[in-house]
Amino acid sequence: MAYHSFLLEPISCHAWNKDRTQIALCPNNHDVHIYKKEGNGWTKTQVLKEHNGQVTGIDWAPESNRIVTCGTDRNAYVWTLKGDVWKPTLVILRINRAARCVKWSPKENKFAVGSGSRLISVCYFEQENDWWVCKHIKKPIRSTILCLDWHPNNILLAAGSCDFKCRIFSAYIKEVEEKPAPTPWGSKMPFGEVMFESTGTAGWVHGVCFSESGNRVAWASHDSTVAVAEGGKTAVITSLSSETLPLLCVTFITENSLVAAGHDCYPALFVYDGEKGTLTFGGKLDVPKQSAQKGLTARERFQNLDKKATSDTKEAVLESLHKNSISQISILQGGKAKCAKFCTTGMDGGMAIWDVKTLESAMKDLKIV
Amino acid sequence: MSKNTVSDRFRKVDVDEYDENKFVDEEDGGENQLGPDEAEVDSLIRQGNLMGALQAVLKNPPINTKNQNVKDRAEGLVLKVLSSFKASDIEKGVQSLDKNGVDLLMKYIYKGFERPSENSSAILLQWHEKALSAGGVGCIVRVLTARKTV
Repeated sequence: MAYHSFLLEPISCHAWNKDRTQIALCPNNHDVHIYKKEGNGWTKTQVLKEHNGQVTGIDWAPESNRIVTCGTDRNAYVWTLKGDVWKPTLVILRINRAARCVKWSPKENKFAVGSGSRLISVCYFEQENDWWVCKHIKKPIRSTILCLDWHPNNILLAAGSCDFKCRIFSAYIKEVEEKPAPTPWGSKMPFGEVMFESTGTAGWVHGVCFSESGNRVAWASHDSTVAVAEGGKTAVITSLSSETLPLLCVTFITENSLVAAGHDCYPALFVYDGEKGTLTFGGKLDVPKQSAQKGLTARERFQNLDKKATSDTKEAVLESLHKNSISQISILQGGKAKCAKFCTTGMDGGMAIWDVKTLESAMKDLKIV
Repeated sequence: MSKNTVSDRFRKVDVDEYDENKFVDEEDGGENQLGPDEAEVDSLIRQGNLMGALQAVLKNPPINTKNQNVKDRAEGLVLKVLSSFKASDIEKGVQSLDKNGVDLLMKYIYKGFERPSENSSAILLQWHEKALSAGGVGCIVRVLTARKTV
């Protein structure tokens, strides 16, 4: 488990390049910093200054090596590397509230931006005008879109929103792609069609993720629940009410296992059993340092009783690796089917890289299926 | 100039009512929810079957109804059952509930905190402690984020 503290400010969002040697992150201000791995440390190589508001989403396209950023200034920029310098191209999103999240599609010919204007802007490049154009998905979204994830077929888009629903939309743009083949989520996919809408959640949907095959979608909600839906004639939703604080981000690491993290500052494993239709808590993925058990003197015990009304030896110090909420989780190696390494960044300004094999061996009952 | 400084009725207009983008919760038919059965719960308490009374009073929660009376009656009934438990039995009572039951119990506990009577807070706090160890903070988060509650 490697932990690197980048700064004291929260990391608003981050994105990795293809070979994981560079990370682009926003240190809670208007800029994007790019760090390069040098030996065991990270050096800041570039600062991308263009946004007029906090950068809320960054995504780095692995194949075409383009970065897309979006911010509270209602704009998105696509950055392309010219020599050694990143040059921005403005994308007009036609939104009148802040942009909240952005994701490149798997084929990298479009990207989607979720915003506070209660709509999703799906942007694609128009060759004739040499310009990024966007189309809006509005109905039936009733509130801010907090998170997005693309289906591997480059057409379906899952969106989690503040109106307590997780939906799967079709973002089929006929100008850039062919008609898609039918999927478990449906066969007719005109632009903006709602293929799936969740029921039963009572909190804002903070994180959403498709599985590698695209047949399952998982979301984490503010009412401390995690849910998985399986596509089919009628989608089957399985949810789990957790005993922890709400989770902010979720990702599949195999077809059946999810890792989610949030305000409890540690990643947790959840296992989904498709046949039995159950979602269970697999374990805490944090390995706290075993602090020596200091015996309490009678004086300390009395002081504790006086100050805190308890004679517990537990200190008020977080034992987890991250010292503040984890806001984003990304897969480093292995993809969503056989993840070997994943990375978490949080409000403590730190980034932790977790190795799945090490975690499996460290925790005895952990089984990643 | 003096004409429009006379009336300040415009200040009492609720502008949110005219907002066409206003979020309206889905209406879940709650007209048939009558809350827990008073007679059943009372008889179970009289028989001394407190576990049964707890299960019975947590049935049919008036979550979706807009009728405030039904909600108040349900809350009063729950409080009656919770007060009749012996302190040492509270833990067993909580253990006998499933996950949804613990969530529902926590909702009633917080509802009870809203309007404290003589001894209710102390009893509710004892129940709160046991429910917290069974349901964790997630349980409390669900009380806070629930759009429709008891």
